Amino acid sequence: MSDIPSQLKFTRDHEWVREHDDGTVEVGITDHAQTALGDLVFIELPDKGGNFAAHDACCVVESVKAASDVYCPLAGTIVSTNEALTEKPELVNNNPYGEGWLFQLRPDLPSELESLLNDEEYERLLAEDNE
Amino acid sequence: MQHTPLYQAHMDLGARMVDFSGWSMPISYGSQISEHNAVRKGAGVFDVSHMVILDFKGTEVRLFLRRILANDVSKLQSEGQALYSCMLRTDGGILDDLIVYWLGGERFRIVSNAATCTKDLTWFREAASGTAVEINQRKDLAMLAIQGPQAREVVAESVSHGERCLALKPFFSTQLGDYMVARTGYTGEDGFEVILPAKNACGFWETLLKSGVAPCGLGSRDTLRLEAGLNLYGADMNESVSPLRCGLKWTVAFEGKRDFIGRQALCHELKAGLKDKQVGLILNGKGVLRSGYSVRTVFGSGTLTSGSYSPTLDCSIALARVPVQSERDCEVEIRGRWHDARIVKPPFVRHGKVEVDMLQGETL
Repeated sequence: MSDIPSQLKFTRDHEWVREHDDGTVEVGITDHAQTALGDLVFIELPDKGGNFAAHDACCVVESVKAASDVYCPLAGTIVSTNEALTEKPELVNNNPYGEGWLFQLRPDLPSELESLLNDEEYERLLAEDNE
Repeated sequence: MQHTPLYQAHMDLGARMVDFSGWSMPISYGSQISEHNAVRKGAGVFDVSHMVILDFKGTEVRLFLRRILANDVSKLQSEGQALYSCMLRTDGGILDDLIVYWLGGERFRIVSNAATCTKDLTWFREAASGTAVEINQRKDLAMLAIQGPQAREVVAESVSHGERCLALKPFFSTQLGDYMVARTGYTGEDGFEVILPAKNACGFWETLLKSGVAPCGLGSRDTLRLEAGLNLYGADMNESVSPLRCGLKWTVAFEGKRDFIGRQALCHELKAGLKDKQVGLILNGKGVLRSGYSVRTVFGSGTLTSGSYSPTLDCSIALARVPVQSERDCEVEIRGRWHDARIVKPPFVRHGKVEVDMLQGETL
């Protein structure tokens, strides 16, 4: 069974979003996504300062099998990226919601957060995909 | 979707299954990299029962195979001996690659790819029509590949009269009761491929797993064969490519005047001069090479035919088709940016050892 932390928000493309007190958000891929991709061997992180629209491909995660785009969950500016992944992409497999975070973003419109899925909605999405 | 006799065993192990040419097959049981390393360092077992097993017999079978295969079955001098060969179209394009075993007398066995099953059968049957050759697809059999430095020992302990298979030389097989054990594989490691009655597959699989053999999926099979520099049909070769352009000239038996299908086309190709060749590539920096990426060299451009991450080398490697003069340095386009790579001669890894120079920028 896939791990879905209740304090996070989710997208239909299997990214998770953690809200910080300073208004920035942290983004990664879900446990379901990392399991489906398999062993990750390379992460192409977005450039710091880069501005993306919601659903823009902004990052690439490569498993042994294939390269997959990660989509920006909200419109905003990249404020930091997880440089540890350059040497240890496997952190995403081992700890997708913690050490395996991908980037931090300052959303253009904080209200866009409302459009994301909560844990129950994401769980339902996974159940539907399974059918 | 077709299932092998081990389908339930894969599900019970929690394998991630994929559709492989209409077969539901395990891609991995957890970590593809761990499975890869198990084969390089110990022993792993792959369910390859989706592969096509065809038995041929009849008074004209030798004649038939000498015409239809680019390699020459008359090289098979001892019963049980195996030969790797391409099967070509008249224009020299590769219909499939396969292993042919001489079972003795007028009997041969061919193991070929699952994806090409229908096409191959049609080709074989048309060529055999009106001749004294009988073709029998053995859907009653399963096939397991047990590979790795410890694989032969484990198999020998898991089958009756196992000592007989320990005596096998590479590319030889023997029949042990209902089991055919062949010292062949697709990983660059030592090991066996075992063809056995479908009803025995689960029992044999369980025995191997209990002996510490790691279950391995098609994912690790692909990275292992890539490190070993072995072509994958449909990626590194297909109907539009002759064996001369994908590193398989050594498998074509031109000796004598044997009139095999495709011979004329290959002779024309050789006479005209080959414009490209297959090479190995190593990416110098970080990233992953993938099939279809463009390559540029000072002599012109080329294409990656397969690429991935190499767990043994801890960098990305690929097979590519490049202009025939190409050597040393090249560049590969990854998502719009050009990255430095270098040209090497495969295999990258064989019998657990790195076979290419890993130093960057050395003078050859």
